[in-house]
Amino acid sequence: MASAAKPAPPDAGGLRERCLTGIEGLDNILGGGIPRGNLVLIAGSVGTGKTTLCLEFLVRGAEKGERTLFLSVTEASAKLIENLSAFEFFRQDLISAGGLVFVDVPQIYDLLGLNHEELTVEEIDLLLKAFLDLAREVGAHRVVVDSLTSVCYRIRRDERIRDFMLKLSQGLAELGCTTLLVSEIGQSAGRYSLHGVEEAIVDGVILLGNARRQGDILRILQVVKMRGTSHSRAQYVMELTPIGLLMAPHLKGGRQES
Amino acid sequence: MASEDDIGERLRQLPGGSAVAIRLNPREYADDYFAVLNATLRDVGSETNAHTIYVSVTNPASLVWSLAQALDVDAARLSFVDAISHIMMNYRDPLPNATYVESPRMLEDIMLRVEYLLRKHPSPRSLLVIDSVNSLAIHNPADLLSEFFHILVNNLKSRQVLTVLLIVSEDSQSELDQLLGLVVDETIEVVRRRS
Repeated sequence: MASAAKPAPPDAGGLRERCLTGIEGLDNILGGGIPRGNLVLIAGSVGTGKTTLCLEFLVRGAEKGERTLFLSVTEASAKLIENLSAFEFFRQDLISAGGLVFVDVPQIYDLLGLNHEELTVEEIDLLLKAFLDLAREVGAHRVVVDSLTSVCYRIRRDERIRDFMLKLSQGLAELGCTTLLVSEIGQSAGRYSLHGVEEAIVDGVILLGNARRQGDILRILQVVKMRGTSHSRAQYVMELTPIGLLMAPHLKGGRQES
Repeated sequence: MASEDDIGERLRQLPGGSAVAIRLNPREYADDYFAVLNATLRDVGSETNAHTIYVSVTNPASLVWSLAQALDVDAARLSFVDAISHIMMNYRDPLPNATYVESPRMLEDIMLRVEYLLRKHPSPRSLLVIDSVNSLAIHNPADLLSEFFHILVNNLKSRQVLTVLLIVSEDSQSELDQLLGLVVDETIEVVRRRS
């Protein structure tokens, strides 16, 4: 597959070029989008909107003519696309035109013969190479791995995860990709990734969670870390609407938090 | 003060981006309420081709919609954010022109549904009606409600949306009136024209 030409960096007055997520509220929170080339962890427990946020990030990029790649580890692409069809911002032609590419990672495991429950160092390198080759082949400007947790589950050892993450970060940055990595965490994990190693390597952490108000649950988004930009660290309430994700300030009503 | 026949005219004269509280007399509630619906949904909504977003917290959207139909209001120009049907367990037949919030305590979700409808129905003139401040106050503490109105109303002002907040009160010194005093440009008190 031919690689699409990357857009020229805008004159940003010395600031890093931004990758506009296309999710208006998030771009405002980030002070104009994610610094291009950043590797960002999207951390949250089940049902907090991680996959939807990542899918909209890709669709908005593809709408602007960028090439995008979704590496699906946990869910079949066909099912994801079916769910995506419920959103008005999704266009099937983005897939047929090659702007939005879905790849099922379990198929990569099969193709490469990665059958061990715990991957060896050589197998990890093979997997890494496959990810980077795919991004290069697609000419991807935006990449999503859903989920990193599932990949790391098979890498297991902290030092190997660190090595894999560093190489992935470097490789994708060299390709000019802005990447979102989905991290599945428990509601009271106290950290943003399964092993704790992942969050130290990435350039950014966006935390999705739930806040309770007298028993009602609100979806919350908070940018915990983002290298290369000054950003809001406040909590926002997020809503998944047919036209995409919308955000509003999380009301506190003057309450003090410890 | 405005008689029930004059409310629509008063609202039509206001520039876009105004925020108005309309105070209904609890002793004349039914008549006042219908007069306000007539003024907002028909006099302003239909006759100025505005798109109206009606946030229903007191009565389910289905009830308000049936009253709006009696006023010949066009469904295409009226959308509801219904924040009461779920909590009343009255959600069997959702209206096609309504979006439902699970609880009136989810104030941010109300803001986001309003935002959604404003984007979904872009219009040179938009009207937002909140029915009512009292009902929101039943479910939310005053400080949270103040923050909600401060953010919502100022956001709508900057986007030239005419905002109408319904309040049921005889006493202009009530806590809710004081709360609204910080965000509204004027208060219209509904008075009945005696024959």
